[in-house]
Amino acid sequence: MRVMQPRPALPPGRLEEKFDDKKPRYDAAEAVAEANRCLYCSDAPCIAACPTGIDIPTFIHKIATGNTKGAARTILSANILGASCAQACPVEVLCAGACVYNLWGREPIQIGRLQRFAVETTLEKAPRLFQPNPRTGKKIALVGSGPASIAAAGLLALEGHTCVIFERKELPGGLNTLGIAPYKMKGPDAIRELEWILSLGDIELRTGVEVVGGRASGPRQISAEELISQYDAVFLGLGLGADSKIGIEGEDGPGVWGAVDLIERIKAQPGFALGGVKRAVVVGGGNTALDIAHELSLLGVEVDMVYRRSEAEMSGYRHELDGARKDGVRLIENRQPVAVLRDEAGKVTGVRVQRTEGGRPLPGTDEVISADLVAVAIGQNRATQVALAFPGVQLDAKGRVVVDPKTHRTGNPKVWSGGDCVNGGKEVVNAAAEARTAVRDIVAALSGRP
Amino acid sequence: MADLSIDFCGVRSPNPFWLASAPPTNTGDQIMRAFDAGWGGAVWKTLGNPIVNVSSRFGGVDYGNTRLMGLNNIELITDRPLEVNLREMRLVKKRYPKHTVIASLMVETKEEWREIIHKVEDAGADLLELNFGCPHGMCERGMGSAVGNEPRVLQEIASWAVEFAKTPVIVKLTPNVGDITEPGEAVVRSGAPAASLINTVKSIVGVDLDTFVPLPKVGNASTNGGYCGPAVKPIALHLLSQLARHPECSKLTLSGIGGISNWRDAAEFIALGATSVQVCTAVMHYGYRIVEDMIEGLNDYLDEKGMRSVSELRGRAVPQYKEWGELDLSYRVVADIDERTCIGCQLCYVACMDGGHQCIHLPGRSEEEARRAGHTHLPREIPDRVVTAKAGTPGARVPFVDDDECIGCNLCALVCPVPGTISMKQVPSDRPPGETWNDRVTKGTDFVPGGLDVTAAVRAKKAPKQA
Repeated sequence: MRVMQPRPALPPGRLEEKFDDKKPRYDAAEAVAEANRCLYCSDAPCIAACPTGIDIPTFIHKIATGNTKGAARTILSANILGASCAQACPVEVLCAGACVYNLWGREPIQIGRLQRFAVETTLEKAPRLFQPNPRTGKKIALVGSGPASIAAAGLLALEGHTCVIFERKELPGGLNTLGIAPYKMKGPDAIRELEWILSLGDIELRTGVEVVGGRASGPRQISAEELISQYDAVFLGLGLGADSKIGIEGEDGPGVWGAVDLIERIKAQPGFALGGVKRAVVVGGGNTALDIAHELSLLGVEVDMVYRRSEAEMSGYRHELDGARKDGVRLIENRQPVAVLRDEAGKVTGVRVQRTEGGRPLPGTDEVISADLVAVAIGQNRATQVALAFPGVQLDAKGRVVVDPKTHRTGNPKVWSGGDCVNGGKEVVNAAAEARTAVRDIVAALSGRP
Repeated sequence: MADLSIDFCGVRSPNPFWLASAPPTNTGDQIMRAFDAGWGGAVWKTLGNPIVNVSSRFGGVDYGNTRLMGLNNIELITDRPLEVNLREMRLVKKRYPKHTVIASLMVETKEEWREIIHKVEDAGADLLELNFGCPHGMCERGMGSAVGNEPRVLQEIASWAVEFAKTPVIVKLTPNVGDITEPGEAVVRSGAPAASLINTVKSIVGVDLDTFVPLPKVGNASTNGGYCGPAVKPIALHLLSQLARHPECSKLTLSGIGGISNWRDAAEFIALGATSVQVCTAVMHYGYRIVEDMIEGLNDYLDEKGMRSVSELRGRAVPQYKEWGELDLSYRVVADIDERTCIGCQLCYVACMDGGHQCIHLPGRSEEEARRAGHTHLPREIPDRVVTAKAGTPGARVPFVDDDECIGCNLCALVCPVPGTISMKQVPSDRPPGETWNDRVTKGTDFVPGGLDVTAAVRAKKAPKQA
């Protein structure tokens, strides 16, 4: 086994440490009690609702019989990121949302919490759950260290392939480390899962190394050309780019944050503080908007969420909105920000909004919502330009990497891709499922099978 | 990875998990699907002269929210033509040569036994199981448990089978007997090398209180059936281990049956002497798929215990199964309630008050209140501990065990809904270390004062030895 370089840990003093788990890990007694509630359905709807198709009734049955290790095996064989998915998955709209108990007026089985119990307790006691195949000598480069790449690396390593992950940032893990709402999962949990993945086989993680289109300059860059020529396959797990801007007066300057940037600081920047922020406006109606609104609210900030359409049209999940509201978030629907207001010193004092109809602003309907922080969560830019440096790889009109959905292979026969850069921004579990699809095809391609 | 394969009278099976002779083994197709799922062997639904069945056939016993704690049936042996079963058996053995196919048989006359044994062996059966256990329908025709109930008849028929068979013979026993070692000894005398137990327990599963027809209903009547499922497991464990520790019967290779639903149950049967285990009800409830957990769970358990094969587990618990008179009278435990996990439901309190020895106390009561509640002995101090468990009842108090009065019966620990919260901790005893009742009998100190005058008078005559 290769000796790994010490990885940057998350230093203490992060704001995310202040958050309690909304769904703490069950102890054994709680897990068995909950597992025994499961009907053990055949052809269960929860399995169909899971993007990775985990055999949920089977793993729950195993928890009930005391076969916790077997439960973890069932989970991780289908979804190598079973640990983070147990915490990050929106089970309310996936497995648990499909539980037959819902229609029966009973609480659905707490599938996420059972999964967390099985995977965490097992990996703490017996991390060597899987044995990798003998080394094949084939090398795969993975660009980015977010969920898609680490899932792919783990599965490839179990097949006996050598993997090298290139991560631009110093802190690895992508959105799993930096983007999951801290009341669901904290950074150290993501790092622990990453460490486990790295232990599965021959995987090297190179942080602080950027893959570039042109010539690489210095040790902190590597060119796409080099990856293509030196590796047997390349997997692009590029994720998404920086937060999009609204493009309104007063937006540039202190006090206005991109939501993803702000979440990253709350999660990972030691000593980061909100510095006396009392009121915040969050712009957007998606899940990132709900996350940052909820996080700020839990940190004691009075939060108004401003969305330009109606509540019913929000892309954020209903259960997330309910949870955020319970913790104090207020939704102001059918409003569009037109300017960020600042005082003479440049400090944010509020947001001017206009009423909208069908998402379009109505002139002369201006209102001011006072705030000393604004978080913009209207989407993220693409980070896919580098993909074009791989000959044959194409982007669609929305800037997403184009793949064959059956294989996740791009237009370049040596390049595969998955995760947010392909699907435009979905869940960790989607990244894991796409990585698995890609790995199956990579393994077949490298073994020379059709 | 431990070795789960077993040697059953010279027949190797990939694992100890066999399907019992029952609806899950009715057809070759079913058995092949079961083998695909991971079952190591299957005892074919009992073959004989085809019968007719009634409708309906099964009755269930639920407990709380748990369905099928027990299952009862009035189904008879196979209703399919023998030739069809034999053709399918041949196909199963051809496609699954390493899996174990056991032919369960039930016929009447010596000539019938000769013919059917010849035919199933010709079809490829690895082992034969003589169904001397079925307690309904067939026994009234002089077969099934009618044979198992009568050791001499059992011995005679089993010895025919041994005479005719080239493959090892397993005799399947009925639990509907006073002493299982009697039919067990008859098996040994017959020359059969193996026994399987238990078959179902004679039962009536319930009564329809609107029509006053017992269940399961056949028109406007019902009949007694055979009871199985998790509810019968303790009965099966006992009867199995009765044979496993019997000087003669312990020479038999044993196949354990009765309520086995998961790897843990299976491990218990194996620890009490079973070489293979047979499963029916759990498969009828959840399907063949449960075997994955059984294989995986048993494997991990053996690994964890450092046992390299399932044979190292076999019989491990048998020496610890003793007669009551051999138990250590000086062993003493008392209940200990973990205040960190107690949720304050007070189930232990009420169980101890009404079904135990009134030694669990609720804090915060006056002496008068405690006495009125039924306590006769009050500890010097009852600590007032507030429930702090995260799922606890707000404001509830953690009950307190009076160690001096606690007799260590386990009841409170058994009713506690939070496993691990009440544990039984060992405490010193004032009895002579290691002394058993049998020791007292030997020493003549097996007399407890406070009983009948007549008994005391008789003992008094014996007493001088003591003095």
